[in-house]
Amino acid sequence: MAEEIKPGLFEKGGKLYWLHSSIDAFDTFLRVPGTVTFKGAHVRDGIDLKRVMIMVVIALVPAALFGMYNVGLQTSTLYGLDWGWFHMFWYGLLRMLPLFVVSYAVGLAIEFASAQIREEEVNEGYLVTGFLIPLIVPVDVPLWMLALAVAFSVIFVKEVFGGTGMNIWNPALVARAFLFFSYPSSMSGSSVWVSKTWVPALKDVDAISAATPLAIAHDGGVEALSSQYSFMDMFWGFIPGSTGETSVVAILLGAALLVWTGVASWKIMVSSLAGGLLVGWLGQIGGATTLPCYYQLVMGGFLFGSVFMATDPVTAAQTEVGKWIYGFLIGALAVVVRLWNPGYMEGMMLAILFMNTMAPIIDHCVVTAFTNRRIKAKA
Amino acid sequence: MHKTLSIMSNNLALKKGLNVPLKGAAAPEVIKRVTPDVVAVKPTDFKGFLPRLLVKEGDAVLAGSPVMAHKNNPEILLTSPVSGTVAQIVRGEKRKLLAVLVKASGDQKAVDFGTKAPATDAEVRALLLKSGLWGALIQRPYGVMADPAVTPKAIFVSSFSTAPLAPDEDFVLGDALADVQAGADALAKVAPVHVAIRSEKGASTPFHKLENVTLHEVSGPHPAGNVGVQISHISPILKGETVWTVSLLHLAAIGHLVNTGKLDLTRKVAVTGPAATRNAYVQCLPGTPVGEIAHVMPDVRVIGGDALTGEILGKEGYLGFFHNQLTLLHEGYDREWFGWAKPFRPKVHSSSWCYFSWLTPGKKYDMDTNLHGGPRAFVETKCFEDVTPMDIFPIYLIKACLAGDIEKMEQFGIYEVLPEDLALCDYVDPSKNEIQAIIQKGIDLMIKEMA
Repeated sequence: MAEEIKPGLFEKGGKLYWLHSSIDAFDTFLRVPGTVTFKGAHVRDGIDLKRVMIMVVIALVPAALFGMYNVGLQTSTLYGLDWGWFHMFWYGLLRMLPLFVVSYAVGLAIEFASAQIREEEVNEGYLVTGFLIPLIVPVDVPLWMLALAVAFSVIFVKEVFGGTGMNIWNPALVARAFLFFSYPSSMSGSSVWVSKTWVPALKDVDAISAATPLAIAHDGGVEALSSQYSFMDMFWGFIPGSTGETSVVAILLGAALLVWTGVASWKIMVSSLAGGLLVGWLGQIGGATTLPCYYQLVMGGFLFGSVFMATDPVTAAQTEVGKWIYGFLIGALAVVVRLWNPGYMEGMMLAILFMNTMAPIIDHCVVTAFTNRRIKAKA
Repeated sequence: MHKTLSIMSNNLALKKGLNVPLKGAAAPEVIKRVTPDVVAVKPTDFKGFLPRLLVKEGDAVLAGSPVMAHKNNPEILLTSPVSGTVAQIVRGEKRKLLAVLVKASGDQKAVDFGTKAPATDAEVRALLLKSGLWGALIQRPYGVMADPAVTPKAIFVSSFSTAPLAPDEDFVLGDALADVQAGADALAKVAPVHVAIRSEKGASTPFHKLENVTLHEVSGPHPAGNVGVQISHISPILKGETVWTVSLLHLAAIGHLVNTGKLDLTRKVAVTGPAATRNAYVQCLPGTPVGEIAHVMPDVRVIGGDALTGEILGKEGYLGFFHNQLTLLHEGYDREWFGWAKPFRPKVHSSSWCYFSWLTPGKKYDMDTNLHGGPRAFVETKCFEDVTPMDIFPIYLIKACLAGDIEKMEQFGIYEVLPEDLALCDYVDPSKNEIQAIIQKGIDLMIKEMA
């Protein structure tokens, strides 16, 4: 009797085939796949996207840890609670945890489902996106809003284009943009950056305004800012703001790892800083602001955006010359928005999203110019 | 008189690239001289060759006797490397001709092509065509068998290889300088001959002494030894231009043919790789069964050529016309727990600084055939540029090939590359795309559309 080979439970034709992408994702998470090369190079480098993505997550850890501490610090300072540092960190951790849970749960569920529909393996890109989103939204954002923003950005910015690697805009930034434009009252103003939600003693206390340095400088210039926060406060990160973005030191630690491993382009980081400095300086001598230009780099999301958002290899320019242009314009545009825009004081998010859109055009120009020159030189 | 080539540089110091630190180089000694019982003549070794069989089972042949001709150009012949009788015609699906097996008589008698050195372009071509050595000439763009109706702008030879565990050409052919010179003299009648020599070794390489050719000193990591990379720096191929390339091995065979009038394809084959039981050279003919050259253990992949571009021959396979290296690798079915998450993986090499291979720069690795990840969309693409020392944008060329966009492929340099020139992109890609296959598909489309 001919033996009939039944497909495995999760193989094509098996009963639980609809789960195969998920099973495969967990399986390869635990163990390297046993796949061998069948064409092309017979030996391969040990690197894979899981390793690349986990490097970015590790690079984000200092900013995330400091951010948690800072959430507690800001709350304690503002309401005069006199917490110890561990209390502050613990409070911040508890406040941030639900954001991470919601971000990963919603995002990964959609990722897994889309991978299943496309019959592909689950891409690791969301490991980074899911970690980024809680770090760039106000700590008090309602969880349902966060869930909605994550769902919107993963579905409409990533999956409809074909998943990680095919997207045009940075999904984490789109999630933030979605929140800012859909629920402006919950996202801006002076009271959203510090959370008193989970402090029982503050239940009946009115929220106190905790304006970010950007907002203070926007209204009152450098004098108003200096009366509240010193440059070193902003450098170390003891200021209100999105969880991940406040500490220059923590972000630079992450940047060092990203540049060292080659995961992110140092060219984009450096040129973005250069662009920000130049426009900040022009604004200063042109009288648009009283802020010294280097203040632009330590306030708001400028550095976090330059290091972790602008450098996303999928949405950034891909040519090396293009990276210089792309980064420079991000930095320059971000500060232009900050200095010459009456309503909206944080320009980084919009600058990056705009340059994400422009990146293919920059690359096109670079590549065309290069090929034309090459053909001329040879002819 | 040939038109003089406008040469961009005679001294190339290439920086980009990567020497894959694979364990198992061949020791410079010949441990065995194989006189095979059966050898195979494989039409599949030659890209663009459509075989028409000229022999039947039982026919007697000499070394140099025609076995097959090109369907579209009956002048182009494949000949037997041994004397003996045709033992079997091997066919595959749809009766595709895979090989002609010749049982060797043992007394190696060869057709005499005469020892009068060919004096003209036409005589050189005629000699190569009838001896079966025409197939050694590869035409670029596209890397197909040379067209006898074409006069190339130049003929390029790389006198060294930088591929993983590649045979040391100085050891393999250093004593055949007279043959190499005769081969170069013959080909110089067809077109100017350019030979790239390794400059790190300086004057120690014997090919420094070659005359009647233009020498180019080249240094750098793999793929600096690839003739395609060298051409792109010496005299890039423009639309409508044609160049030929020939390996040093075959240049020596052509010279031997000119000097002795006999076809002798005997070569020193490097048996390399971590799964080889003895890593050294074996002297044999193309078409020799793999089993007679090396001992193959179970779960070992036998590759004709190097670990980046070679062809899977299998335990029962035969050495190909172009192969002077066998690479033996363990199949990588093992599934390492938490591979990607471990801080250190001392047994796995990575050129990325996300791992720590950079701490041990001299270390050689016992690599297997594991893919080390799953296929993904392109994410990290700068790594391609870092291993491609050519004046092209690899990712744009790759995407043009994927899209099948002829105009873009032309613009981004499809005329200048063969899959082997981008083989390292296969190696370094964290998304595990099959770059060589993509490039080959692009080239196949070009051939179809441009015909």
